[in-house]
This record gives sequence, structure tokens and C-alpha cells, in this order.
Amino acid sequence: MHELSVAQGIVDIVKQHVPEHELQSVRAIRLKIGAVAGIVQDSLEFSFGVITAESPLAGAVLAIETVPFVVKCRQCGRESLNEQGIILCSYCGSSDTNVIAGTEMQIAAIEVEDPSPEAS
Amino acid sequence: MNVITVERKILEKNDEIASKNRRAFSEHGIFTVNIVSSPGAGKTSILEQTIERLKGRVSLAVIEGDVQTDLDARRVAKYGVPAVQIVTRGGCHLEAGLVHEALQNIDLSTIQLLVIENVGNLVCPANYDLGEAVKVVVASTTEGDDKPLKYPAMFRNASVLIINKIDLLPYLKADLSTLRKNALSINPSLAVFETSCTTGAGIDEWCEWLVERTGRKDT
Repeated sequence: MHELSVAQGIVDIVKQHVPEHELQSVRAIRLKIGAVAGIVQDSLEFSFGVITAESPLAGAVLAIETVPFVVKCRQCGRESLNEQGIILCSYCGSSDTNVIAGTEMQIAAIEVEDPSPEAS
Repeated sequence: MNVITVERKILEKNDEIASKNRRAFSEHGIFTVNIVSSPGAGKTSILEQTIERLKGRVSLAVIEGDVQTDLDARRVAKYGVPAVQIVTRGGCHLEAGLVHEALQNIDLSTIQLLVIENVGNLVCPANYDLGEAVKVVVASTTEGDDKPLKYPAMFRNASVLIINKIDLLPYLKADLSTLRKNALSINPSLAVFETSCTTGAGIDEWCEWLVERTGRKDT
């Protein structure tokens, strides 16, 4: 259950990008989470909900984009996708590969509702 | 709707402190290993055997991570090595910041090897860099031969696999070659050692691997 500490990391970073008085206008936080990053989406959403309850961020949602696990082969140069996180090249079978995607945990962007014109 | 582009790693704070730890290790010529496994795989037993064999050859210190109690640090301290206990009080993994704090209680100028024993858990510790040179994953035969496939992140991020409790194989359905094959399918570059803390099998080989990589102090 490290999702709680991941959720805390998200809140910390959001607070660095959005001024305190605009936090309640945050509607969504766009995340890129690798397919094998070891994050359970339900747990992350639950944890985020718990730590933001009764705070200005309450009600903000996590928009999670799952990034597939991809390795690039240093022998044949091709990229292969593997759901189970196996690093072998699926074309030539080489283990000489680089993981290029699928393990990341990133905040891509924050969606903030524009303030209504009358509320200055 | 206003969209603020961020593009930052969620665990960047952990990674920054881990880099700080890594710099401190490198400045002092210390080789650091982060030992991970499920609870009860034998991390502390392997550590005890390792300390006994390295006595007089390598000066080392230990950081113990546990959810509760300082039992492990006390177990290790009996061998006369500096041991610092981190109690996470429910936390399922060590983070770089906790290790950084623990380092304040260790004289880095006197050691060549630092062993960090992580909280027993095959999931969360995979995501947290502590500043170590290598992750060592311990899988015991009693856990079955399918764990690498079920917890691939840990096996992918590790450099060494220690298969422990091989003395129990005659009593188990788990198959050693299947366990090896499963682990190597996730990460073919794993250095694999087969050990038993009861018979002492394989511990010498593991210790030699460690000694070869251990920092030399010019003092």
C-alpha cells in the first residue's frame, strides 16, 4: 500500500504549481502511470480521496493514462511490447534491451477551472 | 479550462534524496546493497552469515527496516557491527529520506560496505530508490517457484537473486530450475546464488561476489 505515499507526492507537487487560493478550482490531475509501475489504480484513487477530503482539493479527480511496457532491443533495434514486464526482445529474443516505457509514475498536467468573471 | 503542464515524476522527492545518499556513498567509497524479499525469506539470516564470513575482511554497517520492533538490529549488532534500526510504524517500504536520517548515526568514513535490509514486501520497495548500488532480491524455495512472474518489478530492478532455503527442496513441490527460469525470463542479467543458512551452502559464493565489489579504503 505505497499508493498513500504516492498520493501524498501528487498533492505536494500540485501545491507547487497551483496557488493556494486556486486549489479548489483544480478539476483533474492527469497522470501517466506505467503498466508495470506497481500502482493499483483503485488504491491510488482511494488514497487520494482520503488525503484530500475536507481540503481545497476535495473533488479533484485523477485522470490516469496507463503507459504500456516497452523495451527497445540493442541488437536488432526493434521495440517490443510485453504486458508481463518481461525484458526480452520479442523479435530476436535478445536480453540486451532498454526499458523505454511502462515503469513511469508522472504528473503530466493539472486541469484548473477558469475563475468566473464576477469573482475576482 | 486552464491546463497547467507539469511533466514531473511523482516520486521525484525520493529520487532527489536517493541521489544525495548515492553521492555520499561514492564520496566515501562505500558499496551499498538494498536487500528486498517477502517477509520470512531469510534476509536477516543471510545477513548474519554474511557478516560472520566478512569479519576481518570488510568493514560494514547495517540499516534495518521493519514495520515494528528493533529485533533485527539487535540480532545483527550481536556480531559487533554498527546497526541502525528504522521502524516504519506501518509503512510498507523504506524511503530515501528515512535512510538519509539513519546515515547520521553511521560513521561513513570507517565502512566499505553498507547493507540496507528493506521491509519484507515484494511490491512497494521496488519503486523506491534508496541510493544503493544494487538491489538484491531474496526468494526462498518455500514461497514457490512462481514469485518472479507474480512480482516482476522487484526481479526486474534487482541485480542479484539469492534463492534461499535450498536445503528444504526435498520437501517441497517448488522446482529450483523453474524458479531460476522464471526469474531470468523477467531479468536475464540477474546474478543468481543458491543458498541455505542452515547448511551454509552458497553463502561463500555470495560473499565473494560482494567482496569483489566492495569499496577499497585507502586507510
